[in-house]
Amino acid sequence: MADQVTQNQYVVTPPKEPLVSPKHNLTSITERLSSIVFTRTPKGWLVGFTFFFAVTMILLASIAWLFIKGVGIWGINTTVGWGFAIINFVWWIGIGHAGTLISAILLLLNQEWRNSINRLAEAMTLFAVVQAGMFPILHLGRPWLFYWLFPYPSPTGMWPQFRSALMWDVFAVSTYGTVSLIFWYTGLIPDLATMRDRAKHRISKLLYGIFALGWRGSARHWNNYQKAYLILAGLSTPLVVSVHSVVSLDFAQSLLPGWHTTIFPPYFVAGAIFAGFAMVLTIAIPLRSFYHLEDVITMRHIDAMAKFTLLTGLVVNYGYLTEAFTAWYSGEIYEQYFIYNRIVGPYWWAFASLILCNVLAPQALWFRKVRYNLPALFVVMMFVNIGMWLERFVIVVTSLHRDFLPSSWAMYAGTVWDWLTFIGTIGFFMTLMFLFIRVLPAIPMSEVKELIAEEKEPTEMTA
Amino acid sequence: MSTIITGPVYGIMAEFEDEHSLLHAAREAYKEGYRNMDAYSPIPVLGLPEAIGAPKSKVPLIVLIFGLTGAITGWLLQYWVTVIAYPLNVGGKPLVSWPMWVPIIFELMILFGAFSAFFGMLALNRLPEPYHPVFNVPGFERASQDRFFLCIEAKDPKFDRFYTREFLKSLGAVEVSDVAP
Repeated sequence: MADQVTQNQYVVTPPKEPLVSPKHNLTSITERLSSIVFTRTPKGWLVGFTFFFAVTMILLASIAWLFIKGVGIWGINTTVGWGFAIINFVWWIGIGHAGTLISAILLLLNQEWRNSINRLAEAMTLFAVVQAGMFPILHLGRPWLFYWLFPYPSPTGMWPQFRSALMWDVFAVSTYGTVSLIFWYTGLIPDLATMRDRAKHRISKLLYGIFALGWRGSARHWNNYQKAYLILAGLSTPLVVSVHSVVSLDFAQSLLPGWHTTIFPPYFVAGAIFAGFAMVLTIAIPLRSFYHLEDVITMRHIDAMAKFTLLTGLVVNYGYLTEAFTAWYSGEIYEQYFIYNRIVGPYWWAFASLILCNVLAPQALWFRKVRYNLPALFVVMMFVNIGMWLERFVIVVTSLHRDFLPSSWAMYAGTVWDWLTFIGTIGFFMTLMFLFIRVLPAIPMSEVKELIAEEKEPTEMTA
Repeated sequence: MSTIITGPVYGIMAEFEDEHSLLHAAREAYKEGYRNMDAYSPIPVLGLPEAIGAPKSKVPLIVLIFGLTGAITGWLLQYWVTVIAYPLNVGGKPLVSWPMWVPIIFELMILFGAFSAFFGMLALNRLPEPYHPVFNVPGFERASQDRFFLCIEAKDPKFDRFYTREFLKSLGAVEVSDVAP
C-alpha cells in the first residue's frame, strides 16, 4: 500500500517539500488563515493602502480631464492611433491570464500546488480585467457612448459589425470578466461560511453570512459544488485561450506589417501567461513575507511559478524569432522593413530594452539559486513586467508609425496624461488588491485543508 | 456529552473528529436503513455523497443544456443582425459568413455555461437559504472549520429519538445533539 501511495504522488508531483507545513492540522490552519483578516489593521497595510489610494485619485483626475478635453490630451496622432490605451489594455488583460491559468488549467491538470495561491491569482485576474476594460472605452473618444458596442435594438436602427475582431473583443473581454468573477466567487463561498462562523463582530458576521448564502458544508452541496467548480475551470480554460487570441486578432486581422501574422494568437497567449506569472510573483513575494505566509506559500510554490515564467518566456522568445523569420522569409519589402525598423529604427531603444527584459533577464531562472532567492527573483519579475509592457509598445507603435506610405510616417510619444492614466491604473489595481487581502481570505482555506487531509491520509482521499 | 431538547426535533446530529469517522458513520447509517440524512464537512470528502445516498449531480447536464443554448443564441443573434436586420455588403462577400461568427458563438456558449453552472449549483443546493435548523446545534460553527457532522433527520421512517441517538453514539461520535427545528 505504501508503495502505491508514493507512486501516486510521484505521478502528481515529485515528492519534495510538502505544500503545507506539516505542523498544521485543520484547526490550526483555519485559525492561521482567518487571522490574517481578523486582526487589527496592520500599520504597513494602512501605509500601502493610503499610498495606492492616492495614486487611484490620479487615475480619476486623468479620466476627468480626458472627459473634459478629449483624447487630444494623449500622444496619439493620425498615424499612431493606438497609443498607450491599447498597450495598457493588452498588458493588463495579459496579466489577468495567469490567474485563470493557475486556478483553472492547473486544477484540471491536478497540480495541487495551485491550491494555496489560486485565490490570490483569481483576484489579480479580476482586478486586472477591471483596469484592462477601462482603456478601450476611454480610447473611444466619446466614452459615454460605449454601450453602442453591444447589440441592442436602438432607434438608429444600426447594429454592430460582427465580422470585426473589435466586436469579438467586446464579447471576449466582457465574458472573461464575468466568468472570472463567477469562478472567484464560487471558490469563495465555503470560505465565506468559515469567516461567518469565526467572525466575532456582529456586522462582519452578518456581511460574511449574506455572501456565504447559507452554505453549511452539506455533502449534497459539496457534490454539486465540486462539479460546478470543475466545470467552471473547464469553461475558463478555453476561454482564457480565446480571449487573448481574440485580442491578438485585433492586430492580426489588419493588413499592417508587423501585425498581420498568424503567429500572433499563440504568441500573445504565451506572452499573457508569462506576464501574469511575473505579476503573481510580484504580489506573492512581498505578501508572503509581510503576512509570514511561509507555511502555505512555500518555496516550492515560488519555484514552480518561476519555472512557469521561464517556460512561457521561452515560448515568447520563440514568437520573436518566428516574427523575424517570417518577415525575412516573406520576401516582401514592407514586412522586411518593419523588422529592420523595429531593431535599428528610431525606437531601437524600446526593442533593445525588450530583449534585455524578456529574453535575457528570464534566463536567470534556469538557476535554482535565483529561483530560491526572493530578492533576486523579484528583480527578474520586475524586468518581465516592464518587458511585457515594452513588448506591446513595440508591437503597437513601431508597426504603426512607419507603414506603407512614407508620407504618413510619424513619431509617437506618450504625454504626461498617458503616463498618469497608466500609473493611476496600477494604483487602482493595488488598492483593490489591498482591500481584498484585508477583508477576504486571500489563501483559500477549504482548499488548503483538502491538501492537509490528503497529505495526512493519502490512501483514503486519493482512492 | 450530548444535548437533549424537549419538543419536536429536526433530527439528531452526531459530531466526529475526522473525515474517516464521518465516512464510516455515514456508510453504517445507510446500511442500517436510514435514508433522510445529511453529512456536513469543512472539506469535500470523497465518497461521502454516495455514502448518504445523494443522487448524481445534475450540474453537468444543466451546463450542457445552457451552453448549447448560448451557442445557438450566438448564431441566431448574428444571423438575425447580419442577414435580416442590418445587411451590409462588404466587398461582395456572402452575408452568412459564419466562420467570422465563431468567436462570439463560442464566447456566448461559455458565458451561458458559466452562469448556469453557478446558478444551477445554487438552485440544486437550494441556496441562498437564510435559515436552516442545523445551525441550532451547539458547536456546528465548526462544520465549516475542522469538525465533521452527520445528521439523521426526523422525517426518516426509521427515525426514533432514543434508538437513533444510541446508534449514532455507537459509531464513535464525540457528541450527539438534538437539532431544534
